[in-house]
Amino acid sequence: MTEYTEDGRVINESGIEIKPVYGPEDVAAGSGLDMLGEPGEYPFTRGIHREMYRKRPWTMRQYAGFGNPSDTNQRFKYLIDNGQTGLNVAFDLPTQIGLDSDDPLAVGEVGRVGMAIDSLRDFEIAFGGIDLEKITVSLTINGSAAIAIAMYLAMAEKRGYNINMLRGTAQNDILKEFIGRGTWIFPVEPSVKLVCDTIEYCAEHAPKYSPVSVCGYHIRESGANPVQEIAYAFCIAKAYADETLKRGLKIDEFAGRLSYNLNIFGNLFEQVAKFRAARGLWAKIVKEEYGATDPKSMWLRMIAGGGGGGLTSEQPELNIVRGAYYALISALSGTQTMALCSYDEAYTIPTEYSARISLRTMQLLTDEMGLCDTVDPLAGSYYVETLTNEMRSEIERIMAETDAAGGIVQMVSTGEIQSGVSAQAYEMQKDLQSGKFRKVGVNRHRIDEEEREVEFHSYREEDAQLQIESLNQVRSERHASLVEQSLARVKRDADAGKNVMPAIMDAVKAYATVGEITNKLVESYGRYQEPIRF
Amino acid sequence: MSTQPVPFKVLIAKPGLDGHDQGAKVIVRALAEAGFEVIYTGLRQTPEAVAAIALEEGVDVIGLSSMAGSHLPFCRRLAVLLKEQELDEKLWLIGGNIPAQDHQQLRDIGLDGIFPTGARFDEITDFINAELS
Repeated sequence: MTEYTEDGRVINESGIEIKPVYGPEDVAAGSGLDMLGEPGEYPFTRGIHREMYRKRPWTMRQYAGFGNPSDTNQRFKYLIDNGQTGLNVAFDLPTQIGLDSDDPLAVGEVGRVGMAIDSLRDFEIAFGGIDLEKITVSLTINGSAAIAIAMYLAMAEKRGYNINMLRGTAQNDILKEFIGRGTWIFPVEPSVKLVCDTIEYCAEHAPKYSPVSVCGYHIRESGANPVQEIAYAFCIAKAYADETLKRGLKIDEFAGRLSYNLNIFGNLFEQVAKFRAARGLWAKIVKEEYGATDPKSMWLRMIAGGGGGGLTSEQPELNIVRGAYYALISALSGTQTMALCSYDEAYTIPTEYSARISLRTMQLLTDEMGLCDTVDPLAGSYYVETLTNEMRSEIERIMAETDAAGGIVQMVSTGEIQSGVSAQAYEMQKDLQSGKFRKVGVNRHRIDEEEREVEFHSYREEDAQLQIESLNQVRSERHASLVEQSLARVKRDADAGKNVMPAIMDAVKAYATVGEITNKLVESYGRYQEPIRF
Repeated sequence: MSTQPVPFKVLIAKPGLDGHDQGAKVIVRALAEAGFEVIYTGLRQTPEAVAAIALEEGVDVIGLSSMAGSHLPFCRRLAVLLKEQELDEKLWLIGGNIPAQDHQQLRDIGLDGIFPTGARFDEITDFINAELS
């Protein structure tokens, strides 16, 4: 949050001092307009397409999923009926960390924060009746993402889609899970290997599918400032790219399918400058450091949304207004996809009502506010261009610092990044409590809220039981020997250091479960031990 | 805010499968800075693990940081284990995303203090000091 010092200085969250007035000399003092270019042309600071939203507005993709696959299927259809153009799938925690719904560790968690998935059958139910060519699907899953991608592709194939043409996204950014969010399963090294297995597999078999969406989002939520958010995300993306290149793939064979998931809460101009800076810098990295020649490889495609870290449980209706400003930030930043945290998301899974308000918030921008009328409307602002240059330099500085300290993979393995961002989160909390940072409803303009009535999404224990019954049915109907053989192959290929995706594809088609496949991988790769470091 | 060094030993645990540990880590730092001895479990603790660590470490306070809604089933199970291990007299706290409608049930289960998102550090440290002194 922006710091307003006693002597009248203004310092943004990225540590950049903001002047009262900007002019052409401020733009010229940095790299000038060297990195600006034209929309749709290198270095893409102004946007990856020539006409951006004039041709097609951003994809609207609210995060949704709860209970069992049929509950979620109904919510998906509700959102699509209300004009949503993509799906952003929430999985429950057992699914996300590779446990079946009947695992003793899953008790009380099945279907709670997302939908429960055990086998391919559940994917078939969850996406039943949804046109996968019209509606692109994003799977918010990481630790067990290789299995979820395999199930999605297998489900689509079974329904007659040509997976060679199938679009869609998986989050599948495991390095950030070690920093924030925490749905890791395997140790760091095999986890990165598994991500690259999916990149390699998709490059060959599902070249339109985006197997990884690198997340600055959760790093920011864990305590990173906006420039660190981008710097760490870029370091992570480079780690995946480096590992994939070692397998003999060329940069232009996969870079175009890497995308980003970035956060939008914070100061409006700082956020817009962050996205513009990031877009130019990523293009430069992919072109100059990696030698890409296909412009699509250089595109920073992103979902810019969420903003949960900016929402408050105090005066939650203010979150509707915050959401509107966040959506504006995202639209001004040239995002490809937008999702908003609903106003009640600080304390519950969104209700249909609150999810619809988020969707309508975005539709107001496209239909009433003219955000699709012209490209990169803040371009040329002395302030925004100066800040874009300054943010870009800061991101580059932090990336260089990270490399000099041993690189992101090592710093995540030792817990150094985690310790750094959590120290910042603590300082931020102290500053919020002292009032040094301003937050409406938290340390300013508070009201007495004790009598407040709020609507909660109710968790139904019986959904878990239904899910376990359905899992048992799948287990009794499938070919036991086929399952066994395919699981043995998963283990064999993992032990041999091979790409495990073909084996996982066979296993999911035999209706092997998330837990069974994960256990085979654990037998080979081991389990992650979290470093406790402060 | 109480800043004198207090030798009370506090366990901060992350119950269940949720990985959102920003709040847990923040409270660990705040308690340590306020002079408490703090043990942090890391993610994915079962009720059995929390009870075992509390017993082994001889803590004065058992604190849970829960963000993903599984606090009721978790605490019901942990209450049984704490009783079995004769730890039910320890100060038992929970913080995080804890809706008001669950507070009475949590108190009935045996929770002594509930500190939902937005609670101030000094509320928590003052509460611990007042209860234990």
